[in-house]
Amino acid sequence: MKKYIIKRLALGIASIFIVATLTFFLMNLVPGGPFVAEKSISKAAQEALEAKYGLDKPLVERYTTYISDFVKGDMGYSLRQRGRTVSDIIFSKFPVSAKLAGIAVVLALALGIPLGCISAYNRGKFYDNFIIVLATCGIAIPSFISSVLLLYTFGSKLGILPTVGLNTLSSYIMPVTALAIYPTAYITRLMRSSLLDVMGQDYVRTSRAKGVSSFKTLFKHALRNAILPVITYVGPMLAGLMTGSFVVEKIFTIPGLGREFVSSITNRDYTMIMGTTIVLATLIITANVIVDILYKIIDPRIKLK
Amino acid sequence: MKEKLLEIKDEYLSFFTPAGEVKALNGVSFSMEEGEVLGIVGESGSGKSVTAYSLMGLTAYPGKLVGGTIRFNGHQVDTMTEKEFRKMRGNEVSIIFQDPMTSLNPVYTIGNQIREVILLHTDKTKQEAQERAKELLELVGINEPEKRLKQYPHELSGGMRQRVMIAIALACEPKLLIADEPTTALDVTIQAQILELMQELREKLGMSIIMITHDLGVVASMCEKIAVMYAGHIIEYGTADEIFYEPKHEYTKGLIKSIPKLDTKEDERLVPIEGQPIDLLNPPKGCPFAPRCASCMKICLNQMPPKTELSDTHYSYCWLLQKEQFEEGGRGCE
Amino acid sequence: MSNKLPSLQLKAEDFLPASSEEKESLVIMRKSINFWADGIRRLRKNKIAMISLICIILIMIFAYVLPSFWPYSYEQQIKYSENLAPFEYGKNEQALLDKGESVFPHICGTDKLGRDFAIRLMMGTRISLSVGLVCAALVLIVGATYGAISGFAGGWTDNIMMRITDILYTIPDILLIIILSMAIKPALQDLATRPGFGWMQKMGPNLIAIFLVFVLLYWVGMARITRSQVLILKESEYVTAARALGASGGRIVKKHLLTNCIGTLIVTTTLQIPSAIFTESYLSFLGLGVAAPMPSLGSLATDAVKGMNTYPHLLILPAVMISVVILVFNLFGDGLRDAFDPKLKN
Repeated sequence: MKKYIIKRLALGIASIFIVATLTFFLMNLVPGGPFVAEKSISKAAQEALEAKYGLDKPLVERYTTYISDFVKGDMGYSLRQRGRTVSDIIFSKFPVSAKLAGIAVVLALALGIPLGCISAYNRGKFYDNFIIVLATCGIAIPSFISSVLLLYTFGSKLGILPTVGLNTLSSYIMPVTALAIYPTAYITRLMRSSLLDVMGQDYVRTSRAKGVSSFKTLFKHALRNAILPVITYVGPMLAGLMTGSFVVEKIFTIPGLGREFVSSITNRDYTMIMGTTIVLATLIITANVIVDILYKIIDPRIKLK
Repeated sequence: MKEKLLEIKDEYLSFFTPAGEVKALNGVSFSMEEGEVLGIVGESGSGKSVTAYSLMGLTAYPGKLVGGTIRFNGHQVDTMTEKEFRKMRGNEVSIIFQDPMTSLNPVYTIGNQIREVILLHTDKTKQEAQERAKELLELVGINEPEKRLKQYPHELSGGMRQRVMIAIALACEPKLLIADEPTTALDVTIQAQILELMQELREKLGMSIIMITHDLGVVASMCEKIAVMYAGHIIEYGTADEIFYEPKHEYTKGLIKSIPKLDTKEDERLVPIEGQPIDLLNPPKGCPFAPRCASCMKICLNQMPPKTELSDTHYSYCWLLQKEQFEEGGRGCE
Repeated sequence: MSNKLPSLQLKAEDFLPASSEEKESLVIMRKSINFWADGIRRLRKNKIAMISLICIILIMIFAYVLPSFWPYSYEQQIKYSENLAPFEYGKNEQALLDKGESVFPHICGTDKLGRDFAIRLMMGTRISLSVGLVCAALVLIVGATYGAISGFAGGWTDNIMMRITDILYTIPDILLIIILSMAIKPALQDLATRPGFGWMQKMGPNLIAIFLVFVLLYWVGMARITRSQVLILKESEYVTAARALGASGGRIVKKHLLTNCIGTLIVTTTLQIPSAIFTESYLSFLGLGVAAPMPSLGSLATDAVKGMNTYPHLLILPAVMISVVILVFNLFGDGLRDAFDPKLKN
């Protein structure tokens, strides 16, 4: 177990390193720079700024400097938000995104798993068809579409929900809904097919033959096996929520990390891009490691290598 | 006369699939005394497992009982509700499945799975159930039961797992144990051990056993009575001696000819039964074995043969037997 | 099935042996059907899948055929016809109509630049569909080749090849998609101006960049699936049996491996289409999708967001279209899976 975690961590650090390297060189391939867009400043001032942030040095040197600084825990200053360090910005924005995504994850699991169970339990009956139709539609709607449509109906037309920011409790409703629709629908479908698969297994028949009630068979014998694919999905789900959050934060004008990331890309704020990328990659990779360990706890057959 | 432990009369069971009604059982009748060991023999799809499952209420969807009555241990099984079935299963009648590798839940310990059935059907406390589980493992010949109880199924070999399955089946001392091809998935040496164990347990505990198998060797060593099934019919029924030494149905004869014997001469060949089993979606109106039968007659194609009783314990459904009687006295069956 | 048949009914000739023809006539066997025929039969019976297929065909006609017959083009800006509601006419058009000439109606209205929205919707669907189809095909080619090589080679080659996918798998794809598409696009735009790359200009370097990015990221999943299929099949007993019977390597690949993998591959590829369309719409929303004036469903919806209170139809039409496209492909993919890949079926 220990060996496995160490191995996974090493692989994770390697992945983060690769992401960082790729990002660094790719973003520098893109024409333009952080100070080009500002027409108000003179050529000389622009060069002075570039010199200040070390952008005049050769690429490889900048890369090694960045990495060595990063290892020391220094992510540098934001190039566009003068005077603020990247870690400062990330620390102030991350909790907002994390709260949104966290609620969405909990909602998706809390709704998706029972819905999938109900569906599988009533296989072929009305409830099953109803849930499956809804879920299939749910995975067909990109979150920016659902956000915009929600905004249009509840924000503009009906005017019952706030459209901007996250100031009140009710302002969470739309962004969280928009974020959670896809994962909820996906988990419902996953749970259903996994549970149906498990219910056809011999050990479920054994449990029935023992005289265990079908309800308990479902919850004790089938669910624990069937939930495994759902757990594996949590990693990709986090990654997917991130995509969603870029969009949702933009549409609902929420000051989160996703919006920050997108604007840092358009502004060529190199240090911000790097910092955010590394933080998000670390988050997803850590989630994946945790999921693998959780898997091992639930399924004793899995040997972590 | 004392009531029989099990009495099945004229059981009809069909699977209603999208392709049509698959008639899996077509008028199956037999009965069992307490303590008796019955072997049900037949090829895959002949309805042997379906018969056993139906008396436990385990018929898989979309199977449905269409006719007949089943009485078991004083219960009218054919009209039982799921709740009544639950009380009976694992308690009065239990079953061992074919594949021990997949029949145990991989995510729970052996102990948990044995205790479950004990706690379900008795008033024992957890502690007592644990003790009982240990006893059971000893009973089925597993050493270090203490340690095994804490292990997961994947840590045990196939033979061990089948022993665990037997322990679970015997936990509540059932009146009837159904063994659905209990040795098919095991190595030959392990097969012998498991059969020996079952024999031993039967002598110790005195329960009845229904042994479902396509292996005539298994029934020969264990069973007092044998039912031979074909296409959802019991085509011949008798004591082990009657079936092995005086088989009357052409199919039974074929089966027996197709097993190797020690005294087979070198140039003698085993005789396989030609052809394939019939399609239960479109069963023929005559004898189901007719298309493969070497002595098939015109009447076999059009009419199901009637029951011919050959002794108190032996009967068969074959027109050839009727022909003998017809030629002897110019009359059919009584 | 009574035991007591009246003996009178029995006649001596009943007991004559039956001929083998008579015996055979009794056996009504179901025709044995091969894998493909069986799969297609199952697919045909699946109503949802068939309806989805019909929808896919209709959408394809809408996207690829209809634009050639449409009197407007997707970049044509009609003066005085900006922001028209469906079936409304602009000032100039009204004048023409008054003169008795016929003007083709703007079924879906026009956008703020006076472009006919119906044709933009068709072109948007065309671009989105093309992204989905081309990406899925490329992913299939790259991923399946990589996976098959890895699986067949085994040993060290396999090990190294799979470690590479492991690392790629842990990289959050959306980050890379955004960064890659930013980096590749300008490079390709630059390349397209060089001689000999005129075709690139025609297709739009932008679109090619999206294809490339998607392939770079999504081949990993396909490679893993193919490899695991190959491994399973390599170990399976019927392949060992075929080998023992002296079948050549090529024959084994063609007859056994291909027929057994192909179901999984088709299903995975089909399900890749909607996911590519999905991702493209995100990129469009973030301003990283196809470049103007070329529309994709995602960019059409994005453009309409600002004016959604006044012109909701401009938003709702592409939004519904994109969801329907993804939905029908998903449903059809599910149907294919149920029909051709019993292993994946619940």
